[in-house]
Amino acid sequence: MERNIKLFEEFQQALLEVNRIKAAEIFDEYYNINQSFEELEQLTMKALEVIGDGWEEGQLSLSQVYMSGVICEGLIEKYLPDHLVTNGAELKIAIGVLQDHHSLGKRIVYSILSSSGYHLIDFGQGLSVDEIVEKTINENIDILLISTLMLPSALKVKQVVEMIKKKGSPAKVIVGGAPFRLDKELWRRVNADADGKNGIEVQKIIKRFSEGGKQS
Amino acid sequence: MNSMERVMTAITHKEPDRVPMFHLFSHYGAKELGINIKNYFSDSKNVVEAQLRMQKKYSNDCIYTFTYAPIEIEAFGGEVVFTEDGPPNSGQPFIKNIEQIKDIDVPLIGESQQLKRVLETTQALKESVGDKVPIIGVVMSPFSLPVMQMGFEKYLELLYFRKDEFDFLMKINQEFCVAWANAQLEAGATAICYFDPLASPAIIERSKYIETGHIIAKETISRFNGATATHLASGISLPVIDDIISTGSAVLGFSEEDNIKEIKEKAKGKICLLGNLNGIEMANWDKKTAQNKVKQLIQGAARGGGFILSDNHGEIPWQVSESTLLDIAETVKEYGTYPIREEA
Repeated sequence: MERNIKLFEEFQQALLEVNRIKAAEIFDEYYNINQSFEELEQLTMKALEVIGDGWEEGQLSLSQVYMSGVICEGLIEKYLPDHLVTNGAELKIAIGVLQDHHSLGKRIVYSILSSSGYHLIDFGQGLSVDEIVEKTINENIDILLISTLMLPSALKVKQVVEMIKKKGSPAKVIVGGAPFRLDKELWRRVNADADGKNGIEVQKIIKRFSEGGKQS
Repeated sequence: MNSMERVMTAITHKEPDRVPMFHLFSHYGAKELGINIKNYFSDSKNVVEAQLRMQKKYSNDCIYTFTYAPIEIEAFGGEVVFTEDGPPNSGQPFIKNIEQIKDIDVPLIGESQQLKRVLETTQALKESVGDKVPIIGVVMSPFSLPVMQMGFEKYLELLYFRKDEFDFLMKINQEFCVAWANAQLEAGATAICYFDPLASPAIIERSKYIETGHIIAKETISRFNGATATHLASGISLPVIDDIISTGSAVLGFSEEDNIKEIKEKAKGKICLLGNLNGIEMANWDKKTAQNKVKQLIQGAARGGGFILSDNHGEIPWQVSESTLLDIAETVKEYGTYPIREEA
């Protein structure tokens, strides 16, 4: 147990230093001790949660959050077969960037959800309202994650929500990105179902939605 | 005092007649003229007319020749995507892989129609306002530009793992940045706003910034033939304020998320603060909210000078109403007259 705690701290430090090799060594050692995929998943999720919280509190940088997510995603992929989806297998989840080509936020959420065993369909970036709606309908998406960078794109989420509802889709829409961070009530005004402040928060919201709950 | 006197007094950490106010209008000028954004930027006469009109209308203490961030990407041969209700954005990154970097040349200012148009705009505005209103030109920092050149993810890969290619790209960007800043100063800009969002520890951790972006900022800014303001485009700046002071910047654009009391103390006598109204929330402010926000900010940051009231991103969003901008301007006039009164 003590060794696990120490390894967790070292793993977190390796992620913050963007030290892929060190992180992989610790990951291997952790697996050798615990012999469990679930424990590995817990290790990465706990580390990413602490790092995400550090960013929310202004202690860590977005680049550290991103690089940590990418490193963890790679490590998890190494240990888990591609087809093995351990979470949310009953849900079809998609993610896309509305209107612009800045995809860092999408990539962070994608990495964190992949690291925790979710399978996501990547709709890409630079999507128009029509494109994201069409893809959501055609793919029978249950949960749509929309990332935005600028206010005009964030405001267009309202049209997306209206159009997918009009077309009879029950998809829940979770939004994220700078405009929603800067205006805490914006997600409500665009009629999104939830505000995904970071990857870990998105994961919790998905879990809540899959259990029939909603964001208050 | 005219705007230039007011701003110069504030920058030298003294109290002018009232708090200077910068409404940083870029694509908002198209709204003023009632034309679409792409047309607006296609002719320097539009920008000149809108800037002069808006300067008077809002009692604005600056002229802002900033068009849109990816104008520099256009000079590199990259793509810009125009929208009807927001800032033009960079399209697909033109650096598709890191190996491409060694083949990039420094763009020549005189070969870019878009940059030449900004210089024409600056010259015409300078002829019109002379030394009465400061004209603020804009450059993207060499350290932050790659987000648009190659996309954020690829750039982080470059920053953390590909030092040689990173250094090469920084040299290219630095040469371009210095040439672009000095061309604007020569055309009549009073000062250059050096946009460096990646300097914020919210984006890149300070330790990495110190060994990369900070050195680049010091080298680059020292080669500008005029004064510089550094702006982190709504990223927190308090943890790096001393670093930014050491780059030689006279002004710092700070964030709504920075603690005003602490940042004011740290900036005292060293760097003039510019900020920090939340431009995104501003789109939904009513008169009372606008007044309260401005009054609070003046109370917290204006005493002793060293302060210019502005938004915290460096650009007024299209969605902000004219009445809100007028409310802000009126409140600055009413409550921002020095000496600042204590508010209950």
